Amino acid sequence: MLTTVGGKPLKEALAHAQSRAKRRAFLLVLPLLAFIVVSFIFPIGQMLYKSVSNTGFTISKDFGTGVSTPIMTNLAEWFEENPQGTDPDETAYAALAADLLVLRELKAPGQAGTRINYELSGSRSMFTKAARKAKKLAPPFKESIIDLDEDWADPSLWQAMRTASSAVTVNFYLAALDRKRADDGSVEMVPENRQVYVTLFKRTLILSLMITVICFFLAFPIAHLMATLPMRKSNLLMILVLLPFWTSLLVRTTSWMIVLQSQGVLNDAMVATGILADENRIQMMYNQTGTVIAMTHILLPFMVLPLYSVMSMINPSYVRAARSMGATSWTAFRRIYFPQTVPGIGAGALLVFILSVGYYITPALVGGADGQLISNLIAFHMTKSLNWSLAAALAAILLGAVLLLYWLYDRLIGIDNLKLG
Amino acid sequence: MADSHTDGAFVEFDRVQKSYDGENLVVKDLNLSMPKGEFLTMLGPSGSGKTTCLMMLAGFETATHGDIRLDGQPINNIPPHKRGIGMVFQNYALFPHMTVAENLSFPLEVRKIPKAEREAKVKHVLEMVQMGDFGGRRPAQLSGGQQQRVALARALVFEADLVLMDEPLGALDKQLREHMQFEIKRIAENLGITVVYVTHDQTEALTMSDRVAVFEDGRIQQLAPPDELYESPDNSFVAQFIGENNTLEGVVKEIKNGIALVQLDGGGLIDCKPVNVTKAGERTRVSIRPERVEFNKERLSADAHTLKAEVLEFIYMGDIFRTRLRVAGKEDFIIKSRNAPDQVRLEPGSEIEIGWMADDCRALDA
Repeated sequence: MLTTVGGKPLKEALAHAQSRAKRRAFLLVLPLLAFIVVSFIFPIGQMLYKSVSNTGFTISKDFGTGVSTPIMTNLAEWFEENPQGTDPDETAYAALAADLLVLRELKAPGQAGTRINYELSGSRSMFTKAARKAKKLAPPFKESIIDLDEDWADPSLWQAMRTASSAVTVNFYLAALDRKRADDGSVEMVPENRQVYVTLFKRTLILSLMITVICFFLAFPIAHLMATLPMRKSNLLMILVLLPFWTSLLVRTTSWMIVLQSQGVLNDAMVATGILADENRIQMMYNQTGTVIAMTHILLPFMVLPLYSVMSMINPSYVRAARSMGATSWTAFRRIYFPQTVPGIGAGALLVFILSVGYYITPALVGGADGQLISNLIAFHMTKSLNWSLAAALAAILLGAVLLLYWLYDRLIGIDNLKLG
Repeated sequence: MADSHTDGAFVEFDRVQKSYDGENLVVKDLNLSMPKGEFLTMLGPSGSGKTTCLMMLAGFETATHGDIRLDGQPINNIPPHKRGIGMVFQNYALFPHMTVAENLSFPLEVRKIPKAEREAKVKHVLEMVQMGDFGGRRPAQLSGGQQQRVALARALVFEADLVLMDEPLGALDKQLREHMQFEIKRIAENLGITVVYVTHDQTEALTMSDRVAVFEDGRIQQLAPPDELYESPDNSFVAQFIGENNTLEGVVKEIKNGIALVQLDGGGLIDCKPVNVTKAGERTRVSIRPERVEFNKERLSADAHTLKAEVLEFIYMGDIFRTRLRVAGKEDFIIKSRNAPDQVRLEPGSEIEIGWMADDCRALDA
C-alpha cells in the first residue's frame, strides 16, 4: 500500500485533504437537492403509490378530524376465508350488512360506492341506497339485501368488491391497458366499445414519433444554415427560432387555431386564390393534423438548439478535408458531416419525443376528438372523473415508456454522447 | 516575381485576384509558377492572403479574377474533389468518428479502390510516417505529433502529385515542430511530390523550402530561395520580416562605384549597397543583420566608415552573445557575436566603434 512521507495511507490522506472541498460542494448542491426531492421525487413517488393503492374500499378518512377508520372489514374477512370463485352465501351477505351499517355511521357509503363504480358503473347508488336502509336489514340478509336491488346478486359486483377489498391492487394498471378482472378473477379485455387507453397510447406514440421526424427534417437544414452563416446573420436566425419561446404557449396555440380552422386564414387564402372550392375547405383542425402541425411548431426549437450547438462545433475543415480527398459533397455529407451530428440528433429527438408524449394544452385545444393524446385523458381522470388512481396508473405507464426509451437510447447511442447545448 | 507564362510549370497562378466583399482585394495580382517537385512556402503575417491563395488552389475559394493552372490545365471551374490535391489542415481535420486506418482508407474508398489494395496502401503509408501500430486508434487517443503524422499520411495515401499544407505544425511544441520539419521535408523529397506550404513561422520557411514566397498585403513581396531571401531582401518589409534586422534611416548622399553613402538622421555616415535607391537625395531605410556588424577594428577595411556606439546591455544566450547598443540616436541596435574562446564580452556603458562590409548593409525603400 502506498503511504505518504508521514506514514499515513495515501488514500486516507487524499480523502482527508479533499474532505473540506467535498463538504463545501455538497452544501452548494444541497438547496437544489432538497428542492428536487420535495418537488419532484416525492410527488412522483406519491403518484406511483396512488396507482397501486386501493384504499377507497378499505379505509375511510374523516377530513374534518383527520381520523382514518377501516371500513368493509367483515367483508374483507369473508373474502380472505373464501377463495376466488366461491358463491356469496348467507355469511357473506351478513358481513355486507354489518359493513353497510358502519358505512352509514361514518357517512361513507358514497366513497365505497365510488370505488366500486370505477369497475362497474351504476353501482354507486346501490351502496348509498343500501346504507340508508342498513338499519332495517334483518336476517336472512341474502334475501333482504337482494330485495333492495337484485344487482347485489351480480357475480361481477362481488368480484369487484373482492379486488377492491385488498389494500394494494394492479387493477388500475389493468384498466389503463383496457383490461379487467373477469368474474373468475382472470384478466380479460374490456368490451371493444369501451377500449380507449391502448389506442390512445398507440396514437400518442405514433403522433409523437411523427412530430419528432417532422421536427428533425425541418430543423436539420436551418440548424446547418445557422452553424455556417456568419455570426450576425446566424444570430438573427437564432432570434427567429427562439421567437416562439418568448410567446405564450396559449397564444401560439390559439394563433394556429386562427390559421387552421375551416373559416381560417389558410383556407380563406386557398379559396380566394382558387386553389380550393369554397365547399371543399380542408379540415385541418380538431383532428390529428391540427395536433401535429401545432405541436411541431411549438417543439421545433427543442430540435434546432441541440442540433445547432453540435453543428457549430463541427469544424468546416472536416468537410473540406473530405472534399480534398476526392469525396463528392454528398459523400462528404453522408460519411463525414452527418455522423458527427448524431449526438445532436439524438438529443433533439429525445427531447422532442419525450415532451410531445406528455403534451397537454395543444392537443386539448386543437386536437378535437381524434387528436387527443394520453395526457388529455390523464387530465380528464384528474379533474373530471376524479379517478386519481387510474390517472396515476396511466401516468406511470407513460413514465415507464419514457424511461424505456431513455434506456434504449443509452444502449444504442450512449447517453454520454448526448449534447443538449 | 515569377513570369506569368512559364513553360513546364506545374502550378501556376496567373494574375489572380480575390475579393470576399467586392470592396477590398485580399489577393492582389498574384503571379506564381512552380516546377514539379518543388517545395514552396508561402510565408507572411496573418491576413496577408497566403491562406486564401492555398484555398483557391485547393478549390475551396474561387478566384475573383485570373487563372490558376495545374499541370497546364485551368482548374478554376473544377470542384475540389476532382482536383486530386492532397491537403494537410491546420487542425489536422482527422475525422473523429473514424479510426486512423479508416481515416486513411477514406480517400481510397471514394476512389473505389478495391479493399485489399486499400489495406496495403494504408499499411504502407502508416509505416512511412512511423505510425504502423496505430491503425486501430481513434484520433482523440493520439498525441498532437501523432495526429500530425496521420494527417500527413492521409494527404499522401492517394498519391497526389501536389500536397498543400496549411500551417500543419502550428499546434506542436518547439522540439516536435523542428523534428517534424525535417520529417516532412524528407518524405516530400523521397516521394518527389510538389508541396505548397503555408506558415507564418519564418524559421520553418527557411529550413524546409526550396523557395519562399513572402506575402504581405495580398502581394508576393519576394520569391526566392531561403539564403537569398535572408541575405538579400528586396525591400524593407522582407528585411524586417525575415530574421532579426537593424534598420537605420537616412538620406543618400552619393552613389559611387556601386556603393551608396548614406547620411543618417541620427548623425553619422555609412556605406551601403544601393538596392532600392538610384540617386543622391533619396530617403532610404538601411538594413543590416546583427551578426554582420563588426566591432573589432582590425577586421574592418581601413577606409570604411564607422559609427560610434554605446553598449547598453549584454545578454548571454549560450551559443551567442547578444548586445544592445545605442547607435545614431536609436537604442534598439542589436549585434550578435559567436561564443568563441577569444570573443570579447562588451561591458555595458563602454564606447565602441562599429562598422560592416558595404555589401551587408542594404539601402532599401524608405
